[in-house]
Amino acid sequence: MIAIPYLTALTTHFSYGLLFVFGHVRDFFRKLMFFTNDNLQGYAPICLGAEDFYIRRLYLRIQDCFGRPIASAPDVWFDVVERYSNDNNKTLKRTGNISRCLNLGSYNYLGFGGADEYCTPRAIESLKRFSPSTCSSRVDGGTTLLHNELEECVARFVRKPAAIVFGMGYVTNSAILPVLIGKGGLIVSDSLNHNSAINGARGSGAIIRVFQHNSPDHLEEVLREQIAEGQPRTHRPWKKILVIVEGIYSMEGDFCKLPDIIAICKKYKAYIYLDEAHSIGAVGKTGRGVCELLGVDTADVDIMMGTFSKSFGSCGGYIAGSKELIQYLKYTCPAHLYATSISPPAAQQIISSIKVILGENGSNRGVEKLSQIRENSNFFRSELIKMGFEVLGDSDSPIMPIMLYNPAKIPAFSRECLKKNVAVVMVAFPATPLLLARARMCISASHTKEDLIKALEVISQVGDLVGIKYLLGEADKQQQERMKLE
Amino acid sequence: MDCSPVKTAILGGWAKHKLNSTPDPSVCVVALQVAMESAALNFVNTTLNWVTLALDAPAARAVVFGVHIGGHLFVEVLLLVVILFLLSQKSYKPPKRPLTKKEIDELCDEWVPESLTPPITEEMQSEPPVLESAAGPHAIVNGKEVVNFASANYLGFIGHEKLRDSCTFALEKYGVGSCGPRGFYGTIDVHLDCEAKIANFLGTTDSILYSYGLSTMFSAIPCFCKKGDIIVVDEGVHWGIQNGLYLSRSTIVYFKHNDMESLEKTLEKITAKNQRAKKLRRYIVVEAVYQNSGQIAPLDKIIKLKEKYRFRVLLDESNSIGVLGHSGRGLTEYCRVPIEKIDIVTASMGHALATEGGFCTGSARVIDHQRLSSSGYVFSASLPPYLASAAITAIDVLEQNPDLTSKLKENIAILWKGLSDVQGLSIASNPESPIVFLRLEKSTGSVKGDLQLLEDLANRALKEASVFVVVSKRSTVDKCPLPVGIRMFVSAAHSECDLLKACSSLKKVAGVVLKDHICA
Repeated sequence: MIAIPYLTALTTHFSYGLLFVFGHVRDFFRKLMFFTNDNLQGYAPICLGAEDFYIRRLYLRIQDCFGRPIASAPDVWFDVVERYSNDNNKTLKRTGNISRCLNLGSYNYLGFGGADEYCTPRAIESLKRFSPSTCSSRVDGGTTLLHNELEECVARFVRKPAAIVFGMGYVTNSAILPVLIGKGGLIVSDSLNHNSAINGARGSGAIIRVFQHNSPDHLEEVLREQIAEGQPRTHRPWKKILVIVEGIYSMEGDFCKLPDIIAICKKYKAYIYLDEAHSIGAVGKTGRGVCELLGVDTADVDIMMGTFSKSFGSCGGYIAGSKELIQYLKYTCPAHLYATSISPPAAQQIISSIKVILGENGSNRGVEKLSQIRENSNFFRSELIKMGFEVLGDSDSPIMPIMLYNPAKIPAFSRECLKKNVAVVMVAFPATPLLLARARMCISASHTKEDLIKALEVISQVGDLVGIKYLLGEADKQQQERMKLE
Repeated sequence: MDCSPVKTAILGGWAKHKLNSTPDPSVCVVALQVAMESAALNFVNTTLNWVTLALDAPAARAVVFGVHIGGHLFVEVLLLVVILFLLSQKSYKPPKRPLTKKEIDELCDEWVPESLTPPITEEMQSEPPVLESAAGPHAIVNGKEVVNFASANYLGFIGHEKLRDSCTFALEKYGVGSCGPRGFYGTIDVHLDCEAKIANFLGTTDSILYSYGLSTMFSAIPCFCKKGDIIVVDEGVHWGIQNGLYLSRSTIVYFKHNDMESLEKTLEKITAKNQRAKKLRRYIVVEAVYQNSGQIAPLDKIIKLKEKYRFRVLLDESNSIGVLGHSGRGLTEYCRVPIEKIDIVTASMGHALATEGGFCTGSARVIDHQRLSSSGYVFSASLPPYLASAAITAIDVLEQNPDLTSKLKENIAILWKGLSDVQGLSIASNPESPIVFLRLEKSTGSVKGDLQLLEDLANRALKEASVFVVVSKRSTVDKCPLPVGIRMFVSAAHSECDLLKACSSLKKVAGVVLKDHICA
C-alpha cells in the first residue's frame, strides 16, 4: 500500500489546485475572446468543453513526455526521435535527429523485441509462404496450419487442455466476457484491473462489483454479501459469478495473491478469470507465469488469458481453458467469427519464441533469459531501495514503479533522464489516481549489468535533482543499523 | 364560571322542589347527589377561579405585540408541547434483522451456479477448412487447390512482391512486435508515416491507426458518444459497431436496413421530440458496404438528410476503401460527396489493403481527441511495424495502378451475370459491391435450418467442385436481424475462367442440394 508522506500530499494538492485555477482562468478568457468555429450552426460541439479540460490544460503542458516516436526496433538501446514545438507544446513536429537511449520503457521482458537470430528468419519464411494477412476471419478462410499449430503450442505452454488465439490482446478481453456471462450474472473484479477487462465487463451486461486491490478478505466479504442478497431488486439467485484478477498489475508491479483467492472462489463456487498479460513468459521457473511462481495448479483456474505483445515480442492474445470452453468460444465469440485472423508472421514469431523459452530449439537461451530477467529485476530493485527511492512491487517482478506524486516532477524527471540518454515512462492520471503519479521501469532479460549500472547512476542523479528520494532517511537508518550489527 | 351560580341556583331550586314535593327516599338520594354535585361544582369553580387569577396575575392585562395574553394561552402552549413530543417519537418500524453468519453460510452452500458454458452440441464442433498456403485467389485447402472466394482480398495484394519486400525489410529492421502502447515508446516512425499517407490518400487532415480492425469502431464510438446522446443506426451493422454503441450508453434508434424513408421518418420523430440541440450530440451510423448483406449505403441521400436535420455522420468504410470510386478512395468518391462532410470515417485495413489493423480519419479535432480518450488506442500495444509498412506499400501500389478498381468491377459484373440464374438462390447485394451475397429464395423457416442447408451447399462446393465459399455466421451476442446467406468475396486477381468455373459449379451444387427444398 502506498503511504504518501504528509508534506508531499500537501504540496501535491497545492500544485494541482494551482494548475486547475490557471486552467479555468485561461478557459474563461478563451470563451470571451474566441468562438470556436469548428462546431457549425445548430450542431452541438463534438467534444464538449468539460470533457477535455484535463487534456487541454494539464496534459498538453507535458505532452512531449508521452508518445515519443522511435526510429529503430524496441530493443535495449534504441533511437528516440527528437521533436520540437513552435506553439507551446500543442503540436509536436519530428526532426530528423535521433538520440540513442537506454530503453527502460518497452515491455520487452525476455528480449524478443527487435530482430532475433532464431525467430526473425522463421517469421520471414512464413511471410513468404502465407503473406502478411489472410484477409478473412478464422471461421471463413483465415485458419492456416500455423494457427492450429500456434493454438496447440500455447495450450502446451500454459498447461491447459486447449487454447484459442486472437489478433489483439485488448479485443480478447472485450469480446470474451460478453460471451461468457450476460444479464443475471455477477462480475467481481479487482479495483486496479486493466481497462480492457473493465470494458469487457461493461459490454457483457452483468452487474459489476469491485473488491479492494489484492485483498482476499474483502473478496470473501463481497462474495458472501452478494450471494446472500441475490440480484439487485428482484433478489433472484445469480446465474454465475466470475472473479477477474490479473497476474502482475502493470501499474503497481505486485503479484496477485492467487492461492488465497482460488481457495475462496472454490468455496463459494465462483469462476476465476486470470489475466496474465504481463506475467506470462516473464515470471516462473520455466516462464509459465504466476501459476508456476506461486505454486498453483492450472486446473484450478477456469479461464486463463494472456497477451503476446510483452514477453513474446509479437502481437495478439489467447484464452486457455478446458476443451468445452474453447469449443464454445470458437462457435460464438465475435472476435473469432468476424475479425481478421492473426497475421501469420506474428503467429510464427510466437511459436518460435515459445520454442526458445522451452529449449525446444536445441539451445538453452530460454533458461538463460529467464534467470537473467530474475537476477536483473532483483538487483535493480534492491539498488533503487538502497538509494532511497519509494519503489513498489514484489521481488521477482520485472516492473518497478517509482513514486513521484507532484505533477511538476513528472516532466522534470522525464526530460532530465532523456537528456542523459535514458528513456523512462511516466504514468499519471487517468491510468493512476490523481495524486499518485509515478515513473515506471520495465526490466528486460537483454539488459546487461553495465546497462543497469548506468541506468542506476542516471536515475540517482536525476532523483537528487528532482527530489524524489522520499525514503532516504529510512535507507540511511537501515544502513546504520546494519553497520552497528557488523 | 359566571354561569355556575346560576347552575347552582337552578339545581338548588330543583332539589328543594323535589324535597318539598315528595318525601321519597330515592328522591332524597337524588337530592343528595345533586347537593354533592353542586358542592363539587362549587369546588371546581373556586379552583379554576383561583388558577386563572394565579395565571392572570403575572401577565394580567399585559399586551405583547398587541395580543392580550390570557389564560387560554397556557392551554395552547400545553397542546403545542404535546404535539412536539408526539412528532419527536420515532415512527414504528419493524426491527431490522440482518442475516446472521450461519444464515449466510447456508445460503452460500445452497447456491448452485450455472455451468460456465452450455453443453456442446454437434454444430459447435464443426471445424473450418485449414489453408496450407497464402489466401490468394488460388489457395491450397486440405491438399487440394481451390478457387478462393473466402478472403476479402479485393485488390489481389496477397502475394504481391512489393508488399512482401517492404514487410521483409521492416521485419529485419524492427522485429515483429512493437512492445508497447502508443504513449510509451510504441510509436514507431512507420506508424506516423502510415497515418500521414492515409490522410493524404483520402484527403483529410489527419488519421489515427488502430492495431485491430474490429476494435476501431468500438473504440471510436464511445469516445464521442456519451450517455444522453442520440444515435440513429442501420439495423444491419456488424458486431463491432453494435458493441461500440452499447458501450457508449447513448440512446440508440434503429432504422430499417438501407431504407432511406425509414431513416427520414426516424430523424423526423427524433427532432420533433427533442428540441434542445445545444448540448445533445446526434449521430447517424452507417456502413459503406454492409458486411451482413452487401448493400451499399446511398451516401448522397444521407448527406441531404443529415444537413436537413443537423446530425453528424459516422461512416465505416471497411469494405469500400480501394474498391468504390474510380481511384479507390471509397464511398465518398463514388457518390461524389466531399469527404469533409463526413465527420468520422473508420475502416479496417484487413480487406482491400491486405494487412491488419484499422484506421480512423476526419478533422484534426476529432483525431486529436481520440489519441487520449480512445481506449483501444491508449491501452493497447500498437500495430506491429511491418503491417504498417505493408499498408503504406499497398496504398502506393493502388495509387500507381488505378486500373485495379476497374478490373475488380469487371469481375463483379461477370460473377453477377453468371449467378443470376442459380436455382433456389438469389443475389441480395448491390451490383457494385465486392461482397456477393446469395440468399435462399425460400427460407426453411428458421435460421438454423437455413444455416444447415447453406453449410451443406458450401461443403459440397468445396469438396466436389473445388470452389471455396463461406456462409455468413452469427454469434449469439450479435443482434443483427438480417437473413444469413452465402458470401463470395470477389478479387481483382481472379481470372475470368475462375469466375465462370465458380458460377457453373455453384449452379450444379445448388441444383442438387436445393432440389428437394425448392419442390417442397
